[in-house]
Amino acid sequence: MTDLDTFRSETRAWLEQNCPPEMREPMRSESDACWGGRNWTFQSDAQRVWLARMAERGWTVPHWPKEYGGAGLSPAKAKVLKEEMARIDARSPLTSFGISMLGPALLKFGNEEQKKRFLPEIARGEIRWCQGYSEPGAGSDLAGLQTKCEDKGDHWLVNGQKVWTSYADKADWIFCLVRTSTESKQGGISFLLFDMASPGVSTKPILLISGNSPFCETFFDDVKVPKDQVVGEVNRGWDVAKYLLGHEREMIAGMGLGGTGGTLGATLKPDDPLLRAEVAAFDVDSLAFAAMSERFFEMFKAGEAHPASPSMMKYAGTELNKRRHELVMAAGGSDALEWDSERSKNGKAARDWLRTKANSIEGGTSEVQLGIVAKHILGLPGT
Amino acid sequence: MALLTEDQKMLQETAASFLRDEGGPAKQLRHWRDSGCTDGYGTGFWQQFGDLGLTGICIPEAHGGLGLGAVEAALVLEEIGRNLTPSPFLTTAVAGVRAIEGTAHGERWYPAILAGKAVLALAVDESRRHSPEQSALRAERRGNGFVLNGAKQFVVHGDSADMILTVARTAGSPGDIEGLTLFAVPKGAAETETVTLADSSKASRLTFSDVELDADAVVGEVDGGWAPLSRALSAGRAGAAAELVGVAAGATAMTVDYLKQRKQFGKLIGEFQALQHRAAHLYGEIEIARAAALKAAELVDSGDQQADLFVAVAKAKAASVSKLAVQEGVQMHGGIGMTDEHDIGLYMKRDAVLGELFGNIYFHRKRVAQLSGY
Repeated sequence: MTDLDTFRSETRAWLEQNCPPEMREPMRSESDACWGGRNWTFQSDAQRVWLARMAERGWTVPHWPKEYGGAGLSPAKAKVLKEEMARIDARSPLTSFGISMLGPALLKFGNEEQKKRFLPEIARGEIRWCQGYSEPGAGSDLAGLQTKCEDKGDHWLVNGQKVWTSYADKADWIFCLVRTSTESKQGGISFLLFDMASPGVSTKPILLISGNSPFCETFFDDVKVPKDQVVGEVNRGWDVAKYLLGHEREMIAGMGLGGTGGTLGATLKPDDPLLRAEVAAFDVDSLAFAAMSERFFEMFKAGEAHPASPSMMKYAGTELNKRRHELVMAAGGSDALEWDSERSKNGKAARDWLRTKANSIEGGTSEVQLGIVAKHILGLPGT
Repeated sequence: MALLTEDQKMLQETAASFLRDEGGPAKQLRHWRDSGCTDGYGTGFWQQFGDLGLTGICIPEAHGGLGLGAVEAALVLEEIGRNLTPSPFLTTAVAGVRAIEGTAHGERWYPAILAGKAVLALAVDESRRHSPEQSALRAERRGNGFVLNGAKQFVVHGDSADMILTVARTAGSPGDIEGLTLFAVPKGAAETETVTLADSSKASRLTFSDVELDADAVVGEVDGGWAPLSRALSAGRAGAAAELVGVAAGATAMTVDYLKQRKQFGKLIGEFQALQHRAAHLYGEIEIARAAALKAAELVDSGDQQADLFVAVAKAKAASVSKLAVQEGVQMHGGIGMTDEHDIGLYMKRDAVLGELFGNIYFHRKRVAQLSGY
């Protein structure tokens, strides 16, 4: 038996012993996830126990170094762990922006004290993070952000506002892009970490056209932040942001936007011939995109995908998803318009349909993605 | 979905450089069109396909072929599409050979096909709509053989083909899949009207008036023609999808180049955001269509039960994307795109013909619905 085989059988055995049965069911929605943090109320004993056991082994972040709360697993072993968990449908013990976003940034740009201070708490799910990027005046043009971060000698003073901060009202800490200099646009941005409980920080949830959402407005009114909480160099925060963006693209690549290959028509069973025709046209595009997702994933793994191809995938996948929900609404007729009845599962069809309209806006609008493809893949001229 | 192997990449490169150097409009399409050639392609050029071994891609190794499959055929067909190369490759070496495999007709025709000396055609359609199971061309038993009465149309290469694989009805009524028989009809047996299509290719309208065929003209089983026909159509549709991807890619490459060269209003027109977005959208669609075509080819090769579904997806998707590509191609070239002198209009004409071949967009969308149970 190879080292990897031994690891697999040990992992399998440990999971069998330690993954509670309730944690072996797929999550029904984002609210079934374990987000952790100072104010977290565990949904169940099983959820609490599962997090504790996995965190103890460093398996909430298996690929992170041990000294930061990880298990120091090689990519091959991390893959084995993932496979073994998938085999028993084990849920992820912890969903966290700290893991998916801040962690990689700290590992690359953070200093030793920052890594030792922040990473273990992320790994154990003790601190919940939110991301402060967009502002009312800085969405697609994120580098135009204006939240001011002034050097007051022994601390930073932050004033400004963020928008679209997911779960800001539930988070413990924030990683935030702030302006430390007005001399240069991209070159005046810093990556700052601070406690959401700091005096001067307030949040307001944003109600969407689809109803409740995790998004918030976040306000900073003379917030004092310790000097040592800038990640990387002052005024070089845009490098950190770009790095995270690249990382996010890898995540998109691994997500398999394509779906399982089933058809919408088989689900909807459209009885109107003209609707049937549109659904069939959609299914052609959807199945073709599923083939593309498979191919893209393989190419990405083999290092053969163009670095800008995630933009093409994000654009096509999100536009397809919006079309899908338009057809679901069309097939649902007036029944699908119900907004808050039990019959309609609290307006699920209508709310989901409206929520998808954001897919082509968040994470870089479709228009921005097309621009990236035009510039970086097709080499078309201009800005 | 598997990435290309080294061997496949080599084959692709061989086909790409051959067709780029020898297969382009100046040397082939325009040459044959403007010289009044009756075949629509060069027979000497077809022999070069044989010399390179490309004709044997779908012929078993035991019979001297390369014993490869639909994926390799797709790689060649995309290059054919990209260069608008007129040739009988699709009907002969991709669809035709699948119909005759495992039969005496295979043994008979493989050598000449391999040498690039024989051409096959498929006679399926009987109206302006592709609808194989509606075939009404009658084949009645007479003595030891059959006599055929009826008509076929849109028989691509019907005039130059040495043998035409013809779908006829030996039993049942139009709409029945059982009762169809595939016949190997020799050149000249049917009355042939050669029709020049919009892309300068030649297709035929065939009239069968008491055409006598021997019993050994049957391909496979009497009343059991659906099997060899399905194999041929599956390969033909997947292949046409790949060629359409090539047409789309060729048209788009030309168009993107133009955007980078043409100046108006003091700028390169490629700087205009509207054109950038349309070009970027098109790029993604072509990538998606290519993935669909390759997946369909893979599933055909492995005999997967989802092959029929993905062949329909591929043909419908590739045809839609190619249609968009050629329309954007002509439009973005402005006035010169409308001239015969420029090649971009040739792409539009080729797209139209390939789009209809072996079932158009609507046919295959309907098939996707039917195969998916709705």
